[in-house]
Amino acid sequence: MTSPGNSAILQQTAALYRRRRLVDRLMTGVMVVAVIVAVVPLFFILFYLLKEGIPGLSLDLFTQEPNRPGKEGGGVHNALVGSGIMVGLALLIGVPIAVGTGIFLSEYGQNRAGSFIRFFIEVMAGIPSITIGLFVYSLIVANQSGLLPVMGHFTAFAGALALAILLVPIVARITEEMLLLVPRSLREASYALGAPRWRTVLRIVLPTALPGIITGIMLGLSRIAGEAAALLFTALGNQFFSTDINAPMDSIPRRIYVYALGPYDYWHEQAWAMSLILVATILIISLVVRALFGSRVTVRS
Amino acid sequence: MTETQTTPSTMQVPPPPVVRAALGATVPVAKEAPPITIELRDVSAFYGKKLAVSGVSMSIRAHSVTALIGPSGCGKSTLIRTINRMHEFAPGARVEGSIIVDGVNIYGPGIDPARVRQRIGMVFQKPNPFPTMSIADNVAAGLRFMGIRSKSELRDRVESALKRAALWDEVKNDLKKPGIAISGGQQQRLCIARAIAVEPDIVLMDEPCSALDPIATLKIEDLMRELARDYTIVTVTHNMQQAARVSDQTAFMLMDPGDLAGHLVEYGPTSDIFTNPKDSRTEDYISGRFG
Amino acid sequence: MTTRDLSRPRRPSSLQNRLQLGDWTFRTLTGLAGLVAMAVIVGAFYELGSQAWPAIKHGGISVLWDTSWNPGRQEFGVGVFVIGTLITSMFALVAATIIAVLVSLFLVEVAPGYISRPVSYLIELLAAIPSVVYGLWGIFVMGVFVRDHFGPVVVSTFGWIPIFDGTPLITGLFSACVILTVMILPTVMAVSRDVIAAVPRSQREGLMALGATRWEMIRLTVLPYARSGVMGAAILGLARAVGETLAVTLVIGNSVRIPDNIFSPAYTMASVIANQFPEATGLHQSALIEVALILLAITFIINIVARLLVWKVTGGHRAVVQE
Ligand SMILES: Nc1ncnc2c1ncn2[C@@H]1O[C@H](COP(=O)(O)OP(=O)(O)O)[C@@H](O)[C@H]1O
Ligand SMILES: [Mg+2]
Repeated sequence: MTSPGNSAILQQTAALYRRRRLVDRLMTGVMVVAVIVAVVPLFFILFYLLKEGIPGLSLDLFTQEPNRPGKEGGGVHNALVGSGIMVGLALLIGVPIAVGTGIFLSEYGQNRAGSFIRFFIEVMAGIPSITIGLFVYSLIVANQSGLLPVMGHFTAFAGALALAILLVPIVARITEEMLLLVPRSLREASYALGAPRWRTVLRIVLPTALPGIITGIMLGLSRIAGEAAALLFTALGNQFFSTDINAPMDSIPRRIYVYALGPYDYWHEQAWAMSLILVATILIISLVVRALFGSRVTVRS
Repeated sequence: MTETQTTPSTMQVPPPPVVRAALGATVPVAKEAPPITIELRDVSAFYGKKLAVSGVSMSIRAHSVTALIGPSGCGKSTLIRTINRMHEFAPGARVEGSIIVDGVNIYGPGIDPARVRQRIGMVFQKPNPFPTMSIADNVAAGLRFMGIRSKSELRDRVESALKRAALWDEVKNDLKKPGIAISGGQQQRLCIARAIAVEPDIVLMDEPCSALDPIATLKIEDLMRELARDYTIVTVTHNMQQAARVSDQTAFMLMDPGDLAGHLVEYGPTSDIFTNPKDSRTEDYISGRFG
Repeated sequence: MTTRDLSRPRRPSSLQNRLQLGDWTFRTLTGLAGLVAMAVIVGAFYELGSQAWPAIKHGGISVLWDTSWNPGRQEFGVGVFVIGTLITSMFALVAATIIAVLVSLFLVEVAPGYISRPVSYLIELLAAIPSVVYGLWGIFVMGVFVRDHFGPVVVSTFGWIPIFDGTPLITGLFSACVILTVMILPTVMAVSRDVIAAVPRSQREGLMALGATRWEMIRLTVLPYARSGVMGAAILGLARAVGETLAVTLVIGNSVRIPDNIFSPAYTMASVIANQFPEATGLHQSALIEVALILLAITFIINIVARLLVWKVTGGHRAVVQE
């Protein structure tokens, strides 16, 4: 394009323009490289999980208790059950608190009190899990007051409590968002029938938002299922099968940690196999959640 | 080219150098050459599968103000945005047909949209000065793309653009302030200054006054008339008094109930459109509005 | 008639009271649930503070920069761990922010939806992988690669620069930095993508209409506009990096000395807790709890700063909320 009007300027800038376009393409290239750099680790991790994990998968892994260190074979049955128990208990403790918080924030939280609680939820979401572990250690394990029977020693209960503390902010935030998505007209229809607010929330709003809240719970679950640091000094670990929540209990993530640090090859193999199971479980949950509910909610820990 | 050259022209002759200097133009630009027209040939615009503007052909006269009018949603914004290839920003957006500017099809192969936009400036409905830049930097933003580095030249061009946008006297002491630290009307004139600082051939304006109060609107209207001496101006307006006041040519668009896409119904000198419309739909629209 | 009419107002009012009582109870119960969050944070400060008190009395404030950690001699300077945490999390912060911003720009400004959605999802999946799995992969895959391939090349090429002159092992500072970068990337990216997407379209169009290339538009309007939000995103990532425990514990080498090159084994605050707490007693244990208390305080402050920044951009609403 040449124009008698501006051609002088444009001609003079033709070379410059080529340079600008070059910089533009270069930066686009840099962005593409960054995308590759960001995505490649995922593929490497998944690849090695499959490559190293599949050989370790066996029925024994799921059904046998761990052998004494150094003796090949055995499984991690106790850790699977332990993880299940502690995650379940954490949900029992955490979900009511989290959903209650989410309800308060969405229904009564558009004020100072709401901002105040929202702030603490955000901070709570940011506490390192090791710190939560030590907090629960101080609160329960090292507590010699004897106030509760679970105090004074390592217990599965302490582990579940630590996991619940991790869970609450995740579920509370998603619950609030999901409740806020419920259309106003629905609430107004209920008010128009003379229903008080609390009934409206329990009977209309909550059921409408339930799929979203369940999604949030599943995402929280997949976050705590992989958590080891919070369990190290709370539930400790257990070489043996135990379902006693007033005693130390084993868990998959902690056993991966111990086996990864350990000297035996078969431990490493089992650690990979456990990791594969763990990641597969979490990814399946995440995929199901996404299939059910789209991309609106994601784990943001 | 087509009918445009046969119709009597109003203000194509550039002002003499003295006037230009008085207007603050420090960079003399030769405008004596044949003025630049815009010719739309069977232009259709899509959003994904949705046809928004269908088969518009028209020749836009140089150094005059052309107004696009029509009810809301009839594709005025879409059409005006095809003229500087801003349309293609919308996801899935596509243009068919050709738009010839100064003898070159801007949708032809090898044409870079960024280059087109350097020659065809645009002013938007809502003033959008860059909040992270000062007033002076706002005006200089496009100049930097032209490779103008020298401080003094930048300063001169900024001053000249602000003067032509009738804003200089109001902001000359605040050039370092952020671009959003001024009133809405001033912001819009800042955006006009920003668009004309690069000496484009054409300035597109999409309802430039709709977010402004009546006094600011009058100022912008005066400015449009003034700018038409040097630039080809295409403006969208909702307001028919405004179209009557500022434009030389008027194009009336309407959404066709059949394909739900905007069509050009009638195009001609503004006085004809408003006093003697050929199409009954134009008449209905105008009389409906003028009541 | 008249007496009846006079008595009528009592019933609605008692009805109203009942309704209000139900609402009051509901509101109080949910509010109490909400207060649990505050209780946890206050409780954590209190519990960790009281357990750490013997160590705080013993060492005073100077432990923060004192680098002599020797439990046998009752020396509990945490300076070495502070340095290790600073180096690893700063590296991760810078690297992850640069990558995250470039990726976000690609996703928001360049890629069409059918590319940007799956790519975002893949990167979000990185957040779903547990820390300990990162650690496992870090030692057995990445660490081995660093020791056998990457490290020797770096040392032979850049060995003349002191910080590159070391002995690459499976575990060490460099591995920890890389692992942390990967781990915080999804956090930083999710937020930076949201703040970049929140840059108004009118701003982008204003620049494009001047004939800017896409990169010029990004540099001149998107980045300045999104800057404080991206800083907030980076700081959220920093909070994660500082507190990240097991992955780092597994790959950093766990050595109480000031690292002198990028391959040195080192310690972070979180990893020293994970590694030494099981054997610690008495003052040693108290000192480790003090480290946890410092971590809590740091993440508390980091979170406040990050929230303020993100709030400033999104106007008090989290970017994820959409109606
Ligand atoms: N970004 C977009 N995506 C899809 N459809 C659009 C978009 N922008 C406008 N449209 C549609 O195109 C038609 C014309 O819109 P527009 O050009 O904005 O009209 P006007 O400016 O005359 O009010 C309308 O039907 C509108 O819904
Ligand atoms: Mg419009």
